[in-house]
Amino acid sequence: MADEVLRLEKVCKMYNVGLPSQTEVLHDIDLVLRHGEFLALMGPSGSGKSTLLNIVGLLDRPTSGRILIKGRDVGTMGDAEITHLRGHTIGFVFQQHLLISAFTALENVMMPMLADRGFPGPAIAARAQDLMARVGLEKFAGNLAMNMSGGQQQRVAVARALAMNPDLVRADEPTGNLDTKSADGVFELMRQVNREGGTSFLVVTHNMDLARRCDRIIEVVDGRIRPGSGAAA
Amino acid sequence: MNRWLPFEWITAVRFLREGRLQTLFIVSGIAIGVGVIVFMSAMLAGLEANFIKRVLTSQPQIQLQPPDQIARPLRSGPGEIEDAIIQRPSQRIISIDQWPKIREHLLAMPEVRAVSPTIAGSALAVRGDASRSVSISGVEPASYFQIVRIPEYIVAGEPRLTSEDILIGTELAKDLGATVGDKLNIRAASGPTRVLTVTGLFDLGNKGANQRNTYIALRTAQSLLGMIGGVTTIDVTIADIFAAETFARQIQASNVVQADSWITTNAQFFTAVQAQKTSNTLIRLFVGLSVAFGIAAVLIVSVIQRSKDIGILRAMGTSRGQILRVFLLQGGLLGFVGSLFGSAAGAGALVYWHSVLRQADGSEFFPLILEQRLFVATAVLATLTGLLAAMAPALRAANLDPVAAIRG
Ligand SMILES: Nc1ncnc2c1ncn2[C@@H]1O[C@H](COP(=O)(O)OP(=O)(O)O)[C@@H](O)[C@H]1O
Ligand SMILES: [Mg+2]
Repeated sequence: MADEVLRLEKVCKMYNVGLPSQTEVLHDIDLVLRHGEFLALMGPSGSGKSTLLNIVGLLDRPTSGRILIKGRDVGTMGDAEITHLRGHTIGFVFQQHLLISAFTALENVMMPMLADRGFPGPAIAARAQDLMARVGLEKFAGNLAMNMSGGQQQRVAVARALAMNPDLVRADEPTGNLDTKSADGVFELMRQVNREGGTSFLVVTHNMDLARRCDRIIEVVDGRIRPGSGAAA
Repeated sequence: MNRWLPFEWITAVRFLREGRLQTLFIVSGIAIGVGVIVFMSAMLAGLEANFIKRVLTSQPQIQLQPPDQIARPLRSGPGEIEDAIIQRPSQRIISIDQWPKIREHLLAMPEVRAVSPTIAGSALAVRGDASRSVSISGVEPASYFQIVRIPEYIVAGEPRLTSEDILIGTELAKDLGATVGDKLNIRAASGPTRVLTVTGLFDLGNKGANQRNTYIALRTAQSLLGMIGGVTTIDVTIADIFAAETFARQIQASNVVQADSWITTNAQFFTAVQAQKTSNTLIRLFVGLSVAFGIAAVLIVSVIQRSKDIGILRAMGTSRGQILRVFLLQGGLLGFVGSLFGSAAGAGALVYWHSVLRQADGSEFFPLILEQRLFVATAVLATLTGLLAAMAPALRAANLDPVAAIRG
């Protein structure tokens, strides 16, 4: 149990509760993610992957069921406590709108630390520089998002997701908008971070080639984890 | 990033800088509003200050006089009036009863700045064949000149008033062909005559006053007017000129005198100023409101445009409070920066008008008064307006559902 980063127990999610359009999108999801695991989440469009990732990322609450982050039940936490926990334990990589355009690449990587500490000290800038070097973009630190390719932006986004040294990075189709070569590069970067630093990853992808390089593949179909999926890839 | 600036400040400034054109337009809008307010307020303050200065250096703030002499109706018994027609008696010139006591009483009050007993009457000024009727004010120069700044109006000679001296106006000097150092015969209506030396000529900026007003020493006037030891008025100056009316009522209540403040004697002016102030306040209010709505509109649009940024910031651990403050700050900053440009523009326009607008004789139309206070107050008010206007957009940003924001 001690090496569990995430545990979902009988998680259900309904949208539009109480309205005629009420729909249950996730049904009784049980899922355990151990420390250092790299998990691929696959499944057809509309099957509920993003919904699941939003719940895992503590951006959304389940309609029923329990979520434990490193053994702590988040169901009883208030908004402020959840925000703090999210900032410190979970990193985010999105499919679109990768960086905040008002900031340079380096500043984007600084933002999570800046929001947490309140002031941009030299330690924050130094760590952001290190992370930029780690994703191979130290030369692009001063660039704005619009002056970088999609693959470069996504690498910066990975660096930003790692800024607070999270236990888990959740990435929703991080390579969905990238060409094959860039997609491969970004994926390999995440895999490398996972191997070197032990950060757990939960990555949604439609790319079977990439998924096969993960520790496990989970398939979501119609809001349920397909029985039998989840074995070692 | 400046290491001394907090997250909220850095983010707010970046968002404003990135939204260049929006920011430029709304700052211009605020600047125009603030400029109009600054220009109007400063001009109005100038005109008012000009008038008040003119009034208060040539008139006492409060003037005490003996109470009106009234005729009491004859009564034969309680409630029965013998003669129903009451004629107002002619008002003799009489002295204020026990005036030294009143003066002591006034001087003991902390808000009183100066008290000057004077005696007024009329006389004939004669020089050679020329004679003119004049009004005489007998004054103690030390205290009187604190109230009515005769020395500031002296155009020839000096404001000296020993018992043999007289100060006359420029018009009277012309009429009598007299100048500084000449002697005049002053003959009071009741008979006695004194020979006095002209020590100074003054120009009060009013032809009638320059023709009729003369100033002599209090004692000289008392003997000339046959009222040894008496005074007809006591002039008073207090610290707060706008409290003059209230103070006058207080004095009248506790002394047997008639007290009039400059506020009642210049009632017309005050009605005009009050009307101006009311319309000025209304204009400020509406300009402030339209500025506030402008800021709110721009920020609401910005919240919608930036909803993904907000979603990402929330995902990476930024609290609702931080997002709220980022947008409040944007409102405050817009207000503040707009007020700086607006103040500069308003002041510039005022300086320009001041140099262009001249009266017929080439003198200034209004005095240029640019008080630091006005600019500080404007900046503070504009900043507060911005903060307040940002409230609704900021709340909206803070309560944005990050899931919807990121998906959308
Ligand atoms: N906010 C919402 N309100 C109503 N229905 C939603 C909402 N978000 C997602 N859904 C529905 O939930 C289902 C799962 O969506 P999603 O989790 O985005 O799937 P995936 O990411 O696997 O494509 C879809 O049918 C979608 O239409
Ligand atoms: Mg999805």
